[in-house]
Formats: sequence, structure tokens, C-alpha cells
Amino acid sequence: MSAGQGSPPALELAGLRKSFGKTEIIRGVDLAIGRGERHAIIGPNGAGKSTLFNLITGRFPNSGGHIRLHGNDLAGLQPFEINRMGLSRSFQITNIFPAMTVFENVRCSLLWSKGYRYSFWNMVARSRDLTLGTEAILEQINLTARRNLPAGVLSYAEQRALEIGITIAGGADVIMLDEPTAGMSHSETDYIVDLIRQVTVGKTLIMVEHDMGVVFGLADRISVLVYGEIIASGAPEDVRADPKVQEAYLGAALEADH
Amino acid sequence: MNDTFQNTAAKRPLVSLRDAAPWLVATGFLLVMPFIFTANSTITIMNQMAITIIFALAYNMLLGQGGMLSFGHAVYMGVGGFMCMHILNMVEDYSLPLPLPLLPIFGGLFGMGLATIVGAFSTRKAGTVFAMISLGVGELIAACSIIIVAFFGGEEGIPGDRTYGLPFFGNEFLHPIDVYYLIVFWLILSALLMYLFSRTPVGRMANAVRDNPERAEFLGYSARKVRFISFTASGFFAGVAGGLFAINYEILTEENLSLILSGQILLITFLGGVGFFFGPIIGAIVFTLLQTVLSLETELWQLYVGALFVATVMYFPGGLAGVLMMHYPSVKLGKVKSLVVPYLKTLVPAIIGLLGTAGFIEIMFHGRHAAVGDEQMTLFWISLNSHSALPIVVTLVLAVGGIWVARRFAPEMAEAWHRSITPNAPPPPAQPPSTRDAA
Amino acid sequence: MDLFLVNLIDGLVYGLLLFMLSAGLTLIFSMMGVLNFAHASFYMLGAYFAYQISTYLGFWTGLLIAPLIVGVAGAGIERYGLRRVHQFGHVPELIFTFGLALLIEEVVQFFWGKSQKAYDTPEILQFALFSIGNNSIAAYKVFMIFVSIAIFLALLYVLTRTRVGMIIQAALSYPKTVEALGHNVPMVFMGVFGVGTALAGVAGVIAGPVLGTFPGMAFVLGSIVFVTIVIGGLGSLWGALLASLLIGWMTTFAAASSFQFADILLFLGMERPADMAASKLRDLWTLTMPQIGPILPYMLMVFILVVRPHGLMGKRGL
Repeated sequence: MSAGQGSPPALELAGLRKSFGKTEIIRGVDLAIGRGERHAIIGPNGAGKSTLFNLITGRFPNSGGHIRLHGNDLAGLQPFEINRMGLSRSFQITNIFPAMTVFENVRCSLLWSKGYRYSFWNMVARSRDLTLGTEAILEQINLTARRNLPAGVLSYAEQRALEIGITIAGGADVIMLDEPTAGMSHSETDYIVDLIRQVTVGKTLIMVEHDMGVVFGLADRISVLVYGEIIASGAPEDVRADPKVQEAYLGAALEADH
Repeated sequence: MNDTFQNTAAKRPLVSLRDAAPWLVATGFLLVMPFIFTANSTITIMNQMAITIIFALAYNMLLGQGGMLSFGHAVYMGVGGFMCMHILNMVEDYSLPLPLPLLPIFGGLFGMGLATIVGAFSTRKAGTVFAMISLGVGELIAACSIIIVAFFGGEEGIPGDRTYGLPFFGNEFLHPIDVYYLIVFWLILSALLMYLFSRTPVGRMANAVRDNPERAEFLGYSARKVRFISFTASGFFAGVAGGLFAINYEILTEENLSLILSGQILLITFLGGVGFFFGPIIGAIVFTLLQTVLSLETELWQLYVGALFVATVMYFPGGLAGVLMMHYPSVKLGKVKSLVVPYLKTLVPAIIGLLGTAGFIEIMFHGRHAAVGDEQMTLFWISLNSHSALPIVVTLVLAVGGIWVARRFAPEMAEAWHRSITPNAPPPPAQPPSTRDAA
Repeated sequence: MDLFLVNLIDGLVYGLLLFMLSAGLTLIFSMMGVLNFAHASFYMLGAYFAYQISTYLGFWTGLLIAPLIVGVAGAGIERYGLRRVHQFGHVPELIFTFGLALLIEEVVQFFWGKSQKAYDTPEILQFALFSIGNNSIAAYKVFMIFVSIAIFLALLYVLTRTRVGMIIQAALSYPKTVEALGHNVPMVFMGVFGVGTALAGVAGVIAGPVLGTFPGMAFVLGSIVFVTIVIGGLGSLWGALLASLLIGWMTTFAAASSFQFADILLFLGMERPADMAASKLRDLWTLTMPQIGPILPYMLMVFILVVRPHGLMGKRGL
């Protein structure tokens, strides 16, 4: 499952750069992620992983290079426009609608993709389509029993599950998860990994993750980002064996993990 | 937010009785009111109340549902009203075939038009920036009212005469009661439309944008556009209220645009409670009553209203509606009765204490500002000398004593409330977090 | 030319007065994220306290003590009111200060009544210091300018040269870090709020005799002060200074201008209508610059917000 078999890759970065003031955080990243691929971006703290995510999703404007989603250039697009093109993301710090119920959280994330747009003539509660869709997502993320609680009172792991639910609800085919298991216990991590595997079947997944167990368990390919540059990219075993990676970053972590 | 509680996606009847009941009761209530309160003065107050309710509901589309704090919303009502006044005068001058009951539509359209222009640049951000722009634009238009005499009529304002319009089924709207039914019609229609708006996709997203604009953007919605739509819709209903104001009072002046009125509607809405749809309705009713009744009794009514407002912001940010809904679980669990005694024990002394404080303030005020030699005043139907020590001591004792007793019983009241909202033993086993189930 | 100089001085006086208010407001805003709607109410309290003190102890004692009382009152309100509302978020905070503004106006009316108070400039400053052409410049105006500038310099010194100023500047950007370093951030907040309101108090003390001490004085100046800091850029002290002077001069020159819009219409070749009341453009024919003056700041604000939403010197993203 590699990029470039006739159709353009799901996501393609070409010479991507980003500077904050004089500091260059992303220093020319080239990356192609094929359709249906599960791709993990790893790297030490401060390597620029979150910045990379923010560039791709339109949260920050880039300082140079191109980002293409299914071959379409994303230059100058707002986050909501990028989302409508089929790219959805989660956040490192839980980012949900805490005052609204779990059900409403998911329903709001379905609205655009179900074609309701800025409608002020449809009643959301009367749409069978919406209700069924929301219930299906709730079932998938195992939060049906909590549907009427305000999202803010859920446990941390539940909020993370909801965050993933919100991210996938709109039916985007490129899903970006920013440290989905950060701050979780072992059992919670296992649960979330299963959940991610389930909900991203048939989709392109790009994730930033620190937990090497999660990375090697989920990813088809891994890219290693160090100081704003990708120093290695490939299948997990190749990346693991790459001496550059060992030297720069992985060595200690891998030994500790296995 | 009630609609999430029905758990099935099964096809529902177009309108269920449960949904319609509050509206039917309210309609019946509004239709019957004039038969209970027949005096013209009361009907005038009810007219004022109804107009304020529409305006407050429109305002809450911004503040409560959209998270946008406006300090200049009176201009949308005012401009709608002024336009209606001009249209009314044109109808009179050129004998146009426009029945009076349709006039508020034009108020709405012009209110919406103005909101479209202002919203184009003011809805970029919510929060402080939005609040400041609303203030600036409000002041700008209010100041223009004195300069552009042709439209705003300068200091005299623009008068009109509703009875010159086309008779509507033979009714010429001569009496306040005729106007009452016209206003009630628009009240029910506007309230229903605003309620339904909050149930639409864009209405739901307004809540989402209020809570977390960034997340909403990553769900495909432009936060700015969602705010903009709420803003124009709010401008429409504010304009409708302005049209009704024109019909009811037959004059609009610069006061209709002033910052004072804009501040008042914020106060009304917040007092009533921004978290629930019916909050502003309560706020408008309570405020109009305070304004009409309290202002007859004391010169200091605005001081009391101001103090009430500040206390609400500090201690009950949910407003009156929030306080009422705090007791919803108690009602559902059938435990309201257990609250009566603890509440009486705290609230009766508290009320005595507050009345004592108010009495003290009134005596001080009279002592300070009454004409020299005028030492007699009436307080709670008691005539007394504001310069003698006895009434001051009595009110002080009531104030301090009442509040002291109330504070003593307050923990007991809080305790009783907590008990009343928790189900009786045995509590149903709490659902363990679902993720742990799976793990 | 003489008139120009006189206007220049008058505009400077007004601009610096605005700056004393907007500086405190900016300080509080950039520190706490709270736009203090009641800021001008503290200015009013300053004037009333000073008036009350001056009736017993004279103007100069009032100038010293009144701002202190205002500052203490401000700090108290921060401690027992604002801090409580802080947990609910910025919008409730703004609503709280709005309610406070209403309440302070009512309280002032309760104690001092509705009419203007005879609060006057001190006798020692009631003379013409110098004159430009036929226009004499009152010594009190020059005194106002010096007080404003002295306060500005003192503020600048404290913020950039002292330890307290360092802590404040650091707390502006990194409140959590500063707290972790062992500084009492809530205390700093309270102090800043107290100092900000005290500055407004000083402005009230020295402006009260000139602009009048009456219950509406907060309302008159309040919204202009907000407009000032929006134009300057929320949170920027230099922006506040720039915008204050700009608005001061703009309104002063507009008020003194003899410009009439009729001139433009005549220039465009239009004829003055014989019956003004029947003309659709009658407002334009009778419009003069002094009429426009008071709304110029608001027009400028709308203009700035459209072309440069973060204000003249504000940082992006506020």
C-alpha cells in the first residue's frame, strides 16, 4: 500500500516549510501518504509534529511548499474548507463541546457531511438520517449509555473516545489523530487502539504518537521527524533498523520497549 | 436541549402533544389575560411586556445561544421601528393598501438589513472584540439620530398614527386592547420561530461555535458565518419588536436607539437567564413589573435593580431560569415538599433583612435629599420622621438580624436542596466507564 | 495660526486625559483579559471623592487622597467581585463590570444627587498662564498636561525599570510560569486593578472641575475610552497613547472648525434649496463639522476595525 499507483496520494507534502519569526520549525518536508495507509509520524519532543499537523489542517499558514489532498492544493484554505474536502483531525488536548451533551457533540459533527450546511429550515430532531447516524457513531465509540450527559463530565478516556468519534463522524477519508493515547493508562490505551483500528477501516490514517507500542501496532508506515526534517520513512521494521533513526531518536526508546 | 432526550429515531408525528403543550397553554393564557385585567393601564403594561419579550428573546439568540455579548442591540429594534413609522406615515399620505398587522414584517426586514451590514465585519470574533464593536456601532447610530433629522426626527422623534392605516377586518386599532391582540399574535409567532431556529442545524451549530469555535471549524463550519446568520436572525426579530413598538406607542425617538436601552435588554436577558429559551421571557416580565410597580413606590428603583443585577451575575449566573431549573430534578423525584420548611426558614428572614436594608437606604436617602424642613416620609405604608433615631434603629435591626438569621439557615437550605436532587436509596449502580468495560 | 495652537493645546489636554483612562484600562485588560466596563465609573468616583474632600480640606488634599480611595475600592471590587465571576469566563466578567457601572452611577446619585456639583479648580491655578494672540491659556490646563505626562512617565518607569514591573510584564505573557516561580498572581491582579482604577481616579480628580462633576460624567467619557483602546489595539499601551492623542485632537479640531457641508454641495454645483424643510438633503445642507465631531471617534473605530481589525498597534489574534 504505497503511494502513486495511478491515482494521486491521499496526502502529499512537497517542500513544506514553516517559520515562526526567525526560527524555522518545519524545514522542507516531503511526504506522500497513499490511500488507505496507516501512517505514524514520530519524533522527539519539539521536532515539529504538532506544527506539521496544524499546517496540514489549515490552522497555521505555511511559509513555503505545497500540501495536496487527493491531488488538490490546499494553499490558503481555511480549516473548515479543508474539512469539507474530506480531512478531519483530532487534537492533542481534548477539544470537544463540553457544555453540550455527548449526543449533540456527535450530531453537530455529522451536520455538514449530511448536507445540512447552514440550513435554518430543517429541524435536527426530525431527521431520521441524523439521529440514526449519530446513534451508530455512539455505538461505535461505546458511549451510547452516556448520550445525554454533558460531554464535560465524562472521564478522560471517554472524552478521548468522543474526540475520535467527532473526528470520524463527518465521514472524512483522511483522519489525522494528534497523540490519541496521551495520558492514558495501559488498558485505556489498548481500548483506544482497538477503537482507532475499527473506525479507520478503509480510511487513510495519519497520527502523531509517542507510545511506540501503539505506533508499531497500528502503522503501515512510519516517518521520523527530527528538527523539522523527515530523516527516515518506510515500513516499521525498516525504520526500526535504520541506523540514522537509531542514532537520532529511537535507540533508547526501542530497547526500553522491547 | 430537550430534543436529545428522546431515544428513538422512530418516525414521530409532526407535532407531539408534549412539544405543543407549553405553546398552547401560553397562547390560551395570553388570550384570556385581557378578560382578567381589563383596565387600560394594565393592558398598556402587558403590551410593553410582550414587546420586551420579543426583543429579549432576539437578544438571547446572540448572548445565550451564540455567545455574542452586544452592547448596542437597541439600534436594530430602533431602526426597524423608525422604518415602520415612516412606512406608516407613507401609508397615510399615499393611502397605500398595507394592513397594519403586516407592518412589523418591514421592521424585521430593515432590522435584518442593518444587521447584515454590521454583521459583515463584527462577527469575525466573538467575545470582547464583538462586544466593543457592538458598542461603537450602537453609539455611532445613536449619535447619527441627532444629526440625520430627516430620518430620525431629531429630538422630537418621528410620530405617526396607526389608526390611519387600512382597517383590518373592520378593526382600526383605536384601543390598546386591539393592539394587544396584534402584539400577542406577533409575540407567539416570533417566539415560536425563534424557538424553532434553535433546533435547526445552524441553530445547533450556534451553540457549538459559542462553546468551541475552533472545533466547529474543524467540523466543516465557518464560525464566522454561523455567527453572522444568528446575528442577522436576531436583527430580524429585534426589528419586529421595533415595528410593534411603533404601532403601540405611535412615536419613536432617539431614546429607542440609546445605549441605555441596549444595556437594559442585556440586564433583562441576563436576569431572566441566558441558558434556557424561556429565561428572557421571565426576565422581561419581572423587569417590566419592577419598572412599573417599583418605580411608583421609590425613586431608588434603579439602584435596587442594579444591585439585583450585580448579585445575579455574581451568585446566579444562570439567572432566574437557572434557579428554577435547579429544582427540576427535585420536581421529577417528587421531593419538592421536603424543601418548603428549609426554604422558608432561610428566605423569610432574608426577605425581612433585605426589606430592612431597603428601608434603611430609603430613610437615609430622604434624610439627605428631601427639602429642608420636610422630615416626614412614608415607608411601607408607615408614616415616620426620617430625622429621628427610632426608624433608623428599627430598620438596621431588621436588616442585620434578618440577614444574620438567613445566613445561619443557609447551609441547611443548601443541604436540603442537595438531598432533594439525589434519588433515594438504593441508588442505581453507576454505569462503569465504558472504556474500562472494553479494556 | 493662533487658533490652531490653542486647539492643539486643548486637544492635547483632552487626549492626555483620555490616555490616563485608557492606560489603566489597557493595563487591566492585558493583565487579566477583562475589559473593565466600569472604568469610567471609577473616574467619576475620583471626581466625587475629590469634591467631597475638597469641601473640607481643599483641592490638593483631594488630589492626593481621592485616587487612593478609588484604588482601594477598585482592589476591593476585584477581590470580592471580579475574582468570583472570573471562573465563569470573560463574557460574564464583562457583564459584571457593566452591572457595576450601572450600580456606581446609582450609588453616586444616592449620595450626591442628580445635579452637578460645584467642584472647582483651585484658586491658586485660576489665572491665565500665557496667551496666544487673544486667547489666554489657563494655568490649570498646563497643570493637567504636566500631571498626565508625569503619570505616564512614572508608569513607564515602573513597568520597565522596576522589579514589580518585570513581574507584571512576565505575568502578562506567562501567568502560570510566574505563579510557579512563587509570585502571588491573584495578588498582582488585584494590585494592577487597584492601580488602574486609581489612575482613572486621578483623571477624575483633575478633570472634574473642567468637564463637570455630575452623575452622567462616566457615561459621557466611558464609551469614548473603549473606542480609544479598540482603535489603539486592545492591550497596547503605546497604541492607547496614540489613539488618545488622535481622538483628542480630532474632536477638538472638529469642534472648533467652521466647515459646513453646504460648501461641498455648492462646490458640486448644487443650488441651495429655497425651502429647506422640503428638501430631502436638508440635513446635509445644515450639517457642520462641530456636529460631526462627537461621532468621529466611532466612525474612525468602525473604519479601523474594517481595515485593520487588531487596531493601530495591537497584536494579531486578540
